[in-house]
This record gives sequence, C-alpha cells and structure tokens, in this order.
Amino acid sequence: MASELIAAAEPQTESMATRQAYGDALVALGETYPEVVALDADLAVSTQSIKFGKQFPERFFNIGAAEANMMSISTGLAASGKVPYASTFAIFATSRSYDQVRLGIAHNELKVRIGASHGGVSLGEDGASHQMIEDIALMRAMPKMQVIVPADYNQAYTAVIESYERFDGPMYMRFGRPKTPVVYSEIPETLGTGVDVLREGKDISIFTCGHMVWRGLEAAETLEREDGVEAEVVNVSIIKPIDSQSVLRSLAKTGVAVTAEEHRVVGGLGDAIRQVAAEQHPVPVFALGMQDEFGVSGTAEACMEHFGLTASGIADLAREALLKKPIVQHPPIQGGPWS
Amino acid sequence: MAHLKPVPDPTPEPPSKAGGKPSVAELNRYATVLRIQCVRMLAVAKSGHLDSSLSAADIVAALYYRVLRHDPSNPKWPERDRFVLSKGHAAPIQYAALAEHGYFPAEDLMGLRQIGSHLQGHPDMTRTPGIEVSTGSLGQGLSMSVGICLAMRLDELSDISQVFTVMSDGDCQEGESWEGAMSAAHFGLSNLTAIVDYNHLQTDGTTEEVMDTGDVRAKFEAFGWDAVEIDGHDMDAIVESLERSRTIDRPAAIVCQTKKGRGVSFMEDRFGFHGKPPSAEQAEQAMEELEATYKEQTKSLEGGA
Repeated sequence: MASELIAAAEPQTESMATRQAYGDALVALGETYPEVVALDADLAVSTQSIKFGKQFPERFFNIGAAEANMMSISTGLAASGKVPYASTFAIFATSRSYDQVRLGIAHNELKVRIGASHGGVSLGEDGASHQMIEDIALMRAMPKMQVIVPADYNQAYTAVIESYERFDGPMYMRFGRPKTPVVYSEIPETLGTGVDVLREGKDISIFTCGHMVWRGLEAAETLEREDGVEAEVVNVSIIKPIDSQSVLRSLAKTGVAVTAEEHRVVGGLGDAIRQVAAEQHPVPVFALGMQDEFGVSGTAEACMEHFGLTASGIADLAREALLKKPIVQHPPIQGGPWS
Repeated sequence: MAHLKPVPDPTPEPPSKAGGKPSVAELNRYATVLRIQCVRMLAVAKSGHLDSSLSAADIVAALYYRVLRHDPSNPKWPERDRFVLSKGHAAPIQYAALAEHGYFPAEDLMGLRQIGSHLQGHPDMTRTPGIEVSTGSLGQGLSMSVGICLAMRLDELSDISQVFTVMSDGDCQEGESWEGAMSAAHFGLSNLTAIVDYNHLQTDGTTEEVMDTGDVRAKFEAFGWDAVEIDGHDMDAIVESLERSRTIDRPAAIVCQTKKGRGVSFMEDRFGFHGKPPSAEQAEQAMEELEATYKEQTKSLEGGA
C-alpha cells in the first residue's frame, strides 16, 4: 500500500518546504487508512496538518495552545487503536511536552507520529524562543523513540507515507519551515536504511541531514572544483536507530568525516556518527552545527549564515578536517555492539 | 506475622439487594478486602504509597465491583468501560481490585515493586493486564482519558462505554489537568467521569499549606463540567454519583472528600505517611484493625440477610 501511495504522488521539481510534504502525505494516509487521526495545537496552517483537517474534520482535533494535553490525548487515542499524527513546532513537540511524550507515547511504545515542523534556526524571524536546536538530542535520548529528518519535499513525502506502514512504535519526524531545494528528483520508493550515499567520494565523508543535505552537496562541488577533493555526501534521514554499517562503510572508505546539521553539535547527528566511529572505526569526525548558543531573529537564510550553517561552512570544516586526516588507515574494528 | 495472613475469603456472598449487583454493605466489605491487600502488598514490598491507596479504596471498590462494565477474562473487550488511575501512585489499590477479579493471580500482588514482577511502582499498560494507560507522572491521566473518549467517539462507542478517571489533589495542582478539563468540555465528552480523591494531604504537608487548589468542584464547573462534591467514603453517595455521571450529557466531575489512610486509625488523616511503607509493627496493627472491620461487616451482612 505504501508503495502505491508513493508511486501515485507527484514529485516536486521546485524548492518546497518539507512541512508541505507532511500535509500532503497526511491526506493520502487519511484517504487510505481510517485509523489515522491528526492533532494540532493551534498551528495547523504552519504545520500543514490543516490539509488533513479540511479533508477529514471528524478525525482532526485542534487542541489549542496546549501541547502537553495534545501529547497525552494522542496517547489515549493510540491506546484505543488509532494512529495519531500530533503536529506542532519542534520546540513545543519536544521541550514543552517531553514528559507527556516520554511516559505516554515512548514508554508505552505506542504508534504515535510526532510531526514537528519549524525545526532549527531556519524558522527565522520568531527567534530563540521558537528555534528548536536540541530536539534531535532530546528525542535520541528518549528510549524507544525513532528519529527521522528528511532532506527535501520528496523524501519527506516518503517518510510520512512509510511512517504508517513500515514502522511500529513511536516516531519523531522533523520538518522545516523554509523552501528547500530538490535533493531527490523523484519521490523515493523508500527511506531504505536511512543512510543514503548521494555522492560517492574517497577523500572525506560529509554526513548531513535535513536542510543541510543540499548544502552538503554544494560543498562537495566546491571541494572538487577548488581543492580537487572527492567528498562523499551521505544523507542520514533515519538518525535513530542509525544504520551503523552504512556509516561505517563510508568511514572506512574515507578515513575522516564532517557532519552538518541545523542543530546543536551535542546529541544530534554529529554525536550519532561519532558514537559509531568511536566504537568501531576511530577516525576524526568534526561536527558543524550550533555551538553553546541560542538562535536569533532574522530571515531563514540570514540565520543559517549567522551560525555558519552554509555550504562554505561545510567546505571550510572539511578542509580543516583533511589536514588532520591520519596518514595510516586502520581496518574497522569488528564485533562491537554496533555491528 | 499477622500481616502475612491470607486475606479473608469474601465468600459466601449474602443475597444481593441490588439485582445481582453487590449491595452497598457488600461494597463496603469489598473495600476492606482491597485495603487488607494493600497493607499486605506494602508490608512485603517495603515501598509504595499506602495512605494514598487507602483513601481511594471505597471509590475503587464501587467501580470494580459494581459500576464498571468489564470482563476480566477479556481485558480488551472493546465495549468495556475504562478505568484510568491518574494518581498512579495509588497503584496498589487498583492492583488489588484487578487481582480480586482474576485479571492476574492474587499471588502476583506480593511481587509489587520488585524486579521481575509485572506490578510496577506505577501502573504500566505494557506489563499488567487491565491497565488502560501507563500513569504516574501526575496530571496526564485526564488528558489521556480525553484521547480515549475521542477514539470511542470515532468507533461509535460513546453511548456504550464510560471512561472513569481517578485523580488526586496533586493532579489538580498540575496545569495539564485543567488543559484536559478544558478539552473534555470543548469536545462535549459525555462519557467521561473524573473522580477526584481529595484527601487533603500531599508529600510536603497538607494540600492547603503546600498549594491550595481552592474550590475544585467550582473549577470543574467553570470549565463547563457537571460537578458534584460528595463524601468519598460514603458508599451510597459514591455509587449514586458514579451511576448518575453516566446519564449526564457532558463530562462529569465527582469531587470526593476523603481521608488519607482511611480505615487504619493511626494513619487516617495523618501527615507523614505519604510514600512511606508501613513498618512490620504498623502493618500488623493495620491488619488487626482491618480484619476486625471485615468481621464486623460480615456479621452485619449475615444479620441483615
């Protein structure tokens, strides 16, 4: 069924926000599966859950500005056989309602999908109070919670469709506010293992997620053109549970890596990769992301630039990393807990 | 050790006065049985919230023995009424009721709070049959119940099944409870009953000293609920208000004035027992008192038959 829904969808060829895919795919799920319900906390236009709400008003619940309540209501719905898609900004879906998500949804391993839009600093003008830069860390730390960060509209569409059929248990999905360039020219058939090599290279691995994926591809172009460096660009859409074998394959090939994410350098994609590297193939891994700082107001693009979350930021870090690349490469350690 | 004596067998049952359902006098005795089980469990576990369990014993007995439509042989019966213990720390009283109804073997009760037991410190839906949702972090139970009611509405069960949620004074201090109350009224949930076991004592002192919740009944009413206040140890009033709540066309709150540690003289309405298990001596004394109550209740039931 998931494959039919994906095949039937129209791929985007222009820049489009990943949250749009959430709204569109949710409608497709609603048409196919009567158990699907959607909730929002007074942000239905922003999260795009409004599309589902218009189509299926009896299965859509606007809880108002009460995110904790929304998560516990989702728990009750899921415990009664429904599959809730609880939608709000990333900041309210995680830090504001962590306890409700933790005990109600994660602990009970309920099939609730948290559709978190406006992740990261590219939320822009609203500033630090709304820019969530530690959600991936919070949700990775939560037992049983799966964490998905799609790269563009087309992959986000696949993620939402697959979230119903392919995955059990609780899931956190991070979407973004601004339009994002196309990374996948088609709507991918599947997320696969969640670790996708978009561009092969032998000199350095660039692990990216979300809005940083297209920037990673751009950085690789620059590195090739200006430095003659063959960078491998890897999109990690399933950050937890991470496919360590695929990560390891790239690390073993290149021997050095940078990670790039619109998130704190603590607890997110960078640490997920470093965990794999430290245990199985200790090579240098440098993380690009938010340092010990909060976001600021500005346009999406200005915010990204302010914090160095750009293609040139990735390229610069990669050049630094290449200077520290060990000359002798050791084979990966086998048989660790990650294998 | 007196507290390890087997629980008195509540059979044979005297003829019922409520058309096959247990009478109020019988319910009072069932409440004593549940209290005895709680003392035994806590004495063995040496951990848990005995006084909070005892204050809710009459409410829980009325629900499980008379009001709830449930089938212990089929805990997932779709048309069942739901019981949600928002004050999850009173888990022992629910465990006792579930065991007495055969949801799991009574000997499991002695594993409370121990490694390898399915009876966790707070209710766990993934481990224990008969638990609808996991609770224990105060304030979440009412919101979860709203979600259950919304699912029932989609499944066209709203006119059949009632959701009963037992809350505490602590629950009423959590903001989320009032978010839940607001949404229950907004969605017009006519099959939701919130029962507040208002025992006036919490961990750090009396509720009035720590954080006075004010008039809880009036608060529910202000949120658009039907709200009544009763003596939470008056079995007649409990049964009547629970049954009445089924007939109301909006969410119904029953604020029960209760005493913490009810049924055990040295604990009743006394500060300092919250979260403290009884010592061996205290458990023995509590068992003696409760067994005496049980005998008295049996005698009057036989006399009245």
